Amino acid sequence: MPREGILVRTPYERITDEQVQQIHHASMEILKDPGLISFNKEAAEIFHSNGADVTTVSSGNNPCWLVRIPEELVLSAVDSANKTVKLGARNLENILIMKGDEPRVFFITGSETNTWLDVDFQTYVRKSEPATEIRVPEFHPRRGTVADLCKSAHVCEHLQTVDGYIRTVNIQDKDITEDNKDVNKFFASLNNTTKHVMSGLTSLKQLDNVVRMAELIVGGKEQLKENPIISFITCLVKSPLQFVEDTTDTFIEVCRRGLPVVVSSSPQAGTSAPIKEAGIMAQINAEVLAGITLSQLVNKGTPVLYGSVPVRARMDTLGDSYGSVETSQYNIDCVQMARFYKIPNYSTSGVCDAKVPGQQSSIERLFSDLVVTLSGPQFLHCAYGLLDCNAIFCLLQAVLDDAHFQMIKFFLKPALIGEKEIAETLKQIREVVATPQKMYIRHIRSVMRSGEISSPYPFEGDLANDNVFALAYERMNELLAKPVEHIDSVTTSKIFQEIPGLLPRLNVYEERR
Amino acid sequence: MADDILKLIQENVIQGRITKDDEGFDDGMAGQPGVTELIETALAQKINPQDIISKGLTRGMAIVGEKFEAKQYFIPDMLASAQVVGAAMDILEPHLAGAGAKAKGKIIMATVKGDLHDIGKNIVSILLRGAGYTVKDLGNDIDTSTIVEAVREEKPQFLGLSALLISTMANMADVMQALKDAGLRDKVKVVIGGAPVSEEFAKSIGADGYGADGFGAIRVVESLFNANAA
Repeated sequence: MPREGILVRTPYERITDEQVQQIHHASMEILKDPGLISFNKEAAEIFHSNGADVTTVSSGNNPCWLVRIPEELVLSAVDSANKTVKLGARNLENILIMKGDEPRVFFITGSETNTWLDVDFQTYVRKSEPATEIRVPEFHPRRGTVADLCKSAHVCEHLQTVDGYIRTVNIQDKDITEDNKDVNKFFASLNNTTKHVMSGLTSLKQLDNVVRMAELIVGGKEQLKENPIISFITCLVKSPLQFVEDTTDTFIEVCRRGLPVVVSSSPQAGTSAPIKEAGIMAQINAEVLAGITLSQLVNKGTPVLYGSVPVRARMDTLGDSYGSVETSQYNIDCVQMARFYKIPNYSTSGVCDAKVPGQQSSIERLFSDLVVTLSGPQFLHCAYGLLDCNAIFCLLQAVLDDAHFQMIKFFLKPALIGEKEIAETLKQIREVVATPQKMYIRHIRSVMRSGEISSPYPFEGDLANDNVFALAYERMNELLAKPVEHIDSVTTSKIFQEIPGLLPRLNVYEERR
Repeated sequence: MADDILKLIQENVIQGRITKDDEGFDDGMAGQPGVTELIETALAQKINPQDIISKGLTRGMAIVGEKFEAKQYFIPDMLASAQVVGAAMDILEPHLAGAGAKAKGKIIMATVKGDLHDIGKNIVSILLRGAGYTVKDLGNDIDTSTIVEAVREEKPQFLGLSALLISTMANMADVMQALKDAGLRDKVKVVIGGAPVSEEFAKSIGADGYGADGFGAIRVVESLFNANAA
């Protein structure tokens, strides 16, 4: 049985059907004029050989081509793209089935941050009353390591609401190079979670090693096709409207291997996209459709997700403002556009501007997590633990996020109202009002343990004390102490023999000797 | 035979089943005798009412209390079991005098004048009955004079006063004064509770105790009861 996710029965729609059509037509216009600049020769050639109007803009050291994509080519690609995408998992119960026309949401971690935020607690004494002590969390940033990535995957394996795993931290150990980063980040993730693992690729040269590693885990090429335990995310389009040379190479090669891939575009309203909603939407939709078109031209039927990471610019720095309300509006619009094409959507929420866990981070992430979930994206990259946009990862924050996702999931359960329930209720009301004390308490018991009543906030403090951080920290350590199901020793041994560049310290069986 | 039925009473207290129609906690209980039917059977079999209380009801409540402390049970579980004990005591009370047993004590409960809120007071009443006290609940929005008159007539050991509003808590002080004026203040222990009141307020009006919640109220009453018995 695959994971259930949470079905949004009546998804929130921000834009009307007419507005969806208007954005679609504007995107078609953009793809024809001005079209996209491709810095990738192969992509330009693929488009050209399939009927797109391709002209050389410049040659020499930095060649590029103008690609104008006709509407028929885009619609044909949308038609051939899979409407259902399966993301596999080491544990078959963690498989994710995403249908483009079904608003069933799966919550996934990510993205890759450079900084890992450690937490410890210091005790402070009140000056005027030395007997009064409080414990206050302190946060210490440092560069992320492969050991951190293992810890993060380990905890996310045990977080109830996490459906899949995108690596959360960039591994920057001294012995990690461009040539061994990909195999180590995929192995560290796959070895510490049995859920689906998605990642970007640092070096195309490592693609076959990563794919081979996955084949060894599931038992072969065909088995990986049947149960794709890994998938890729590529930012092949740089806004506005440019195919990047290296990431497009990666994208084309992933498509050739038939593995699931996210076409991700991340324009910033105000700088790399128009500041107005109509503008950023028309552009991001054109960029994603261009990527989807390329995927189908390379390999018809490539399982592809409509990836949207739009963001509004901050007015003070012109940096990203993921915590802005508009960012959630754009994401919801993208969910609707993807549903219009019936292609599963990769959407974004929970990314915040706050730099440490606290009130700002809670407000920003809960707001976007709630509203974007309500729109019904299939793959919600909801940034467990991310802070400072996508610069910092904090494991404590990920544990806190799990608590509010439990609330969101509970909120979206269907209403239990029907003839049977009404009949039972009428009987109950008549019985209770006839008693002297007129209280329904006795009737709580039958539903109290059936899952019909939501749990209290798990990190609630005593009396007036706010102990949220301390309690979440305890929970985090409890989860780290729980075992995870590593890849078995025989397969691990094969992987270490066959895949070059893996760090010996990641072999848990060797480490135990 | 007696042990079997007392064990069943104990289990049905834990299950919170008053009659055979109650579903209880575990599946498949509906239709089997509840505590009231079991007590009628026990009395018909001449089982000592004091044994029914101590080996059936009290033991059952003790197990519920242990489960509550262990966070396996919650307040609705405690209240359901307390309601069962209360219903059981209604049947047993007429038999106690004949068996030489003595009821724990009588408590009058009331929400004071101007206040229509009675959930807290009702919960405390259920818990007190579950703890073996005889409870006379006057209701809500009760005149000071009615409360004083009830104390004079019923001669309870305790008076429990409840208020939810800041505007009505002052009426608790009026009740205290009226009890003094009627010469009844030293005849009854007064315990107060409700959202706006506090330990400090209880002291300021001369009450004997304050319960922050239902279980706090029971602890205060038990403590005053034991002090009085010693």
